[in-house]
Amino acid sequence: MNQYWKKCLLYLLLLPPLAATANPEPPVIVIKASKFLFQPAKIELKKGQTVILEFTSSDRMHGFSLPDFAVRADIEPGKPMRVSFTPDKAGSFVFRCDIFCGDGHEEMAGEIIVQDEG
Amino acid sequence: MTHSIDRRKFLQLAGLGGGATFVSGLGFNVFAANGFSVGLPVEDFYFVQLSDTHWGFKGADKNPDAAGTLQKAVAAVNALDKQPDFIVFTGDLTHTTDDAQERKRRMSEFKDIVGELKVKHVRFIPGEHDASLDKGEAYQAFFGDLHYSFNHKGIHFIALDNVSDPAAQLGPTQLAWLQADLQPLPANAPIVVFTHRPLFDLYAKWDWMTRDGQQAIDLLMRFQNAVVFYGHIHQEHHHFTGHIPHHAAKSLIFPLPAPGSVPKRAPIPWNPAKPYNDLGFRNIEAYPWKNYRIEEKTLT
Repeated sequence: MNQYWKKCLLYLLLLPPLAATANPEPPVIVIKASKFLFQPAKIELKKGQTVILEFTSSDRMHGFSLPDFAVRADIEPGKPMRVSFTPDKAGSFVFRCDIFCGDGHEEMAGEIIVQDEG
Repeated sequence: MTHSIDRRKFLQLAGLGGGATFVSGLGFNVFAANGFSVGLPVEDFYFVQLSDTHWGFKGADKNPDAAGTLQKAVAAVNALDKQPDFIVFTGDLTHTTDDAQERKRRMSEFKDIVGELKVKHVRFIPGEHDASLDKGEAYQAFFGDLHYSFNHKGIHFIALDNVSDPAAQLGPTQLAWLQADLQPLPANAPIVVFTHRPLFDLYAKWDWMTRDGQQAIDLLMRFQNAVVFYGHIHQEHHHFTGHIPHHAAKSLIFPLPAPGSVPKRAPIPWNPAKPYNDLGFRNIEAYPWKNYRIEEKTLT
């Protein structure tokens, strides 16, 4: 190995791990809305962990309302909507559709379970 | 028409309180004569509020007499000793359907049934089951304007629509209309507001709110004698935002649990041992510029 390649190897060894320096995108959780359910309807998260909630609708306008965290979004067919969400408290929290969508609208709900870190 | 409501009897009832009778205790000041009251008759009277009839609903475990409860309510109102000055239905007249023709059929049937009321002065406001899926198109064809106001014996009544927008908003156009409607009224004008959904955030987790309802409440705050009667939550409920009382009425199809009392907002099943339990309507006696008295009526 010549001097050039030895230096390159040394620099590579001295570089901090890639994961620690890059700013990785938070995980994306896709939530599909359709009359009259969310899929998934149960989402487990960790307190303090930022996630991207991506909403899609396969039929008509729906809404996503998570009042415990003051998070809401309109979900239009053909227009995926992304919301960054960092739960700052642990527990079980209900989310529901808040755009009236028909006979099963009142039952269109789900649950986010936030667990304490560690 | 002048009703001979006995004020002394009212005061006795006010002193008793409790039971099935809710006495608002608003303590309205005597209304001073001014431009608003000049020329308007000042009389005690009463009106009836019915709500959430959901005509077309099917669910034997929740109401095995869903096809007969509205007629039963009409008969109960017709049987009142003294007939009210007018009757108001505060929304969800019909149960929702995706089928536009079925929606019209239900509205037509509803209108035929309530046409049997002896009192012909009947007011309507929409609920989300009537108006959210077509932005109130069918509702307006059968029942008229989505929001409006009228005067009756010195009280200014306002009907608001917080449902034809499926996002449950009054919207800037209606709020501007409300502001203009209220603008000429003096601060001591008696005002009664009808809505379907609560204007205030009763329980956001169950979506029992109006997204921009606070803006309407803000417009009402300058009035000393404003009161709101609404439906939607299928139970009697009383709440104040500042000095403004908000009174929710029982349903005429199935009751719902108290806000936040159970994990899920699901209808309370029919109890064969207590049929029509917690279904009913209310009489609202108005003593202009003095007080209101609410008497809850339960179907039996």
